Amino acid sequence: MKLSLTVNGATHEVDVEPETPLLWVLRDTIGLTGTKYGCGIAQCGACTVHIDGQPAKACNVNAAAAVGRKITTIEGLSPDSSHPVQKAWIDLTVPQCGYCQSGQIMAAAALLARTPSPTDSQIDEAMAGNLCRCGTYIQIREAIHAAAKMGA
Amino acid sequence: MTTTLSRRFFLTTAVVAGGGLLLGFNIPTEAEAALAPVQGEGWKPPVGGVEINAWLTIDPQGVVTIRIPHTEMGQGGMTSVAQLVAEELNVPWRNVRAVFADANRNVTRGNEYQDMSTGGSNLVRNRHPHIMQAGASARERLREAAAKRWGVSRADVKAEQGMLSAGGKSGSYGEFASDAAAIKLAEEPKIKKYGDWWLLGKDVPRMDVAVKVNGSAVYPIDVRVPGMAYAAVRACPVPGGKVKSFDAAAIKDRPGVIAVIELKQTKDKLANTDMRSAVAVVADSFYRAKVALDLLPIEWDFGPGAQNSYAKMDSAARALMGQEGKHAEEVRGDPRPILAAGGKTVTGDYSRPYETHVPMSPPAAVADVKPDRIDVWSFTQNVQATLLLAAEQAGRNPKDVFVHGTFQGGAFGNGNAVDITRQAVELSKQVGRPVKVIWSREEDTAQARSRPPIWARFEAVLGDDGLPKAMISRAVAESMQPAYADRGLANMPYTIPHYRYERHVVPTNIPVGPNRAPGNNNNGFTIEQFADELALAGGWDPLEWRLKMTEGNERWQRVLLKLKEVSGFTTKLPKGTGMGIAVIESHGATVGACATVEVSRRGALSIEKILIVSNTGYVINPRAATEQVKGCVAWELSHALYGGLDVRDGRVQNTNFDSYKIMRMPDMPTVESVFAMSQDNWWGGFGETAGPPTPPAVANAIFFATGKRIRSTPILKHDLKWA
Repeated sequence: MKLSLTVNGATHEVDVEPETPLLWVLRDTIGLTGTKYGCGIAQCGACTVHIDGQPAKACNVNAAAAVGRKITTIEGLSPDSSHPVQKAWIDLTVPQCGYCQSGQIMAAAALLARTPSPTDSQIDEAMAGNLCRCGTYIQIREAIHAAAKMGA
Repeated sequence: MTTTLSRRFFLTTAVVAGGGLLLGFNIPTEAEAALAPVQGEGWKPPVGGVEINAWLTIDPQGVVTIRIPHTEMGQGGMTSVAQLVAEELNVPWRNVRAVFADANRNVTRGNEYQDMSTGGSNLVRNRHPHIMQAGASARERLREAAAKRWGVSRADVKAEQGMLSAGGKSGSYGEFASDAAAIKLAEEPKIKKYGDWWLLGKDVPRMDVAVKVNGSAVYPIDVRVPGMAYAAVRACPVPGGKVKSFDAAAIKDRPGVIAVIELKQTKDKLANTDMRSAVAVVADSFYRAKVALDLLPIEWDFGPGAQNSYAKMDSAARALMGQEGKHAEEVRGDPRPILAAGGKTVTGDYSRPYETHVPMSPPAAVADVKPDRIDVWSFTQNVQATLLLAAEQAGRNPKDVFVHGTFQGGAFGNGNAVDITRQAVELSKQVGRPVKVIWSREEDTAQARSRPPIWARFEAVLGDDGLPKAMISRAVAESMQPAYADRGLANMPYTIPHYRYERHVVPTNIPVGPNRAPGNNNNGFTIEQFADELALAGGWDPLEWRLKMTEGNERWQRVLLKLKEVSGFTTKLPKGTGMGIAVIESHGATVGACATVEVSRRGALSIEKILIVSNTGYVINPRAATEQVKGCVAWELSHALYGGLDVRDGRVQNTNFDSYKIMRMPDMPTVESVFAMSQDNWWGGFGETAGPPTPPAVANAIFFATGKRIRSTPILKHDLKWA
């Protein structure tokens, strides 16, 4: 089925089954591999993207449901890693293996968009859906506070 | 730190890391380019550098590109190798770049990088001599080149911060790189010792951060090559079982399906790198392959393994714990007659279940088997071993196989031996095009080499001074790799006059493998809680007891004294709060933990803080080491609090994050990392060593808070309420 998706400001015509998870359309059809597969059941957050500005697990949204909506992936968060969350992630060297970090950054950016100066517990609540097996949670929390100070 | 980046480009020619070999692929970022460190504007991919030796090139501007033979899986190994070379070469850190080294070169040119494996926390502690040697050798050849050009002796040429100078003359390394490449030294220089370092011991930011905040870092699962097909695979869910039959006709008309292929088990008795009996669906997208595989009717011959369960292993192990063990080593004296004679005895039983790695990236591999060469990108902790595996599977000469370095989305020991490389090679060979295999998370959890369980019983008799005079440690191990059970028990550090270690084995069909501090991760929990039981039974403070029992052991004393100095450890807190300590030696490191917990009357556990004191002898990058300490704490707390594979009917039942729980951000306690370095010419590792003392420190703290001794994990399955 031919579908039209708007990703990072560009329109992509894709030919996929309408029930195909957005995750796989982004990765395999469009070629944006920054959004990661971790579990396929909306438990780990590695595939977090923004849909109309809200954080969403791309493994849990089918392609048909994403038509007509504004999708932003890690590749579209900023043109040059200049989003305050990305800058804070670099300053505090948050990533270790890095695999979950696209999702962490997208979740953090969405949090700061609605809550510019979050408390620790607001951060915990917003980020609880994003797993990190390397255990960078402490650095993530610090980096979100740092990004908030920069005015994310 | 500079944070300006300009790094969103796609290479049109992927460069085989280090070897300069060209492939005609379009790959969105690749190792050679993907590693721009955080070094500000003006960075461009290093091209045209002169190779000084296998480890490094220097370009005309003096930019040094260091080839990294080891895997970067989150532990920071890439930065460590570069830092070790840069120390000796003496170049400003801003001029240092990194690329993954070429395994094909190592195979065909006589192991220039020696061992390319990555594990056992070996990289810095055991490989720093030859890595530093590569930098020192290059530096001396640059000095010699300048000496010749200037007509002075090498001893008169200074090599500092990328500049050579003698008398009034000076020039950059870049100006002398070509000359240096041609120089052979009569004698190789010695490497620097602690005290002469200018870069080692300093905080250095990871080199791979920039590409890990914008989605451009490439992991095996991200590799795309033209004409590539995708495969979903299912091995027999009961390890050791085999495919009986499957009905390919049922799915052959599904959209995008290219082939349904049986993967034959390579040997009767499986080693970790052997291919298991499996079925693969190859399709034009992974999602189509996965859906078709889910719909494929498969009949399995589960074999005798289907009778296995953790419950059966547990009851067999508990029966064995009452019997003298067959395997005994590290015997000191003979505790048996002393225990038989009785007295003030202390006994304790402990157990831990199976766990698994679940690296955030499920395993993936791409193979492109062509008539004249094979290209592979795979989940691995050793690109050279992967190369040899691919060659064997395809029946080709290793010199025609190229394994390309990528980042790894976590590995934690499970990247040492994975048959996914064989699967990708076999499928590419059979369908005649490049194939990407991805294991679903469920397949990963079902097929990964699990972390083994442990059961342990300790029995000791105390003397009049309240200290143990005789003790037996009796472990029950699973049958696949039982020697993991010995770690921490066979070499238990406490100086008990009569000590004996025994081991039993219970049979299983579940394959196991290394998992971040293997063996020690289990036995920290067992031996370090029993140490508290011994201390308290004899009327000793747990910290003073450990100091007494390790008298003369400088590395332990240093950690314990630092714990005493900085932790505020006390057994005198009001009920409902507790502090616990534990110390474990593994991978050359002695690491202590102090946990502070609160437990509500209704049994709700809150871990307030974990303090870690590490003695690894030396630390080359305190910042990176601290990051590893925090990660190790999270790793072990996941298993200690939530873990446990549910093995029933010979298979893992809880195969995704909804049923196999790991730590989430709200669970993460404060972690403080302190160093207490012996600097005694002995090096330990940081990648896994802060984990093992964490669970017993928490469990000991829970005991002081509640009076309840935690004898098994997951801790949160225990009723912790108190009155």
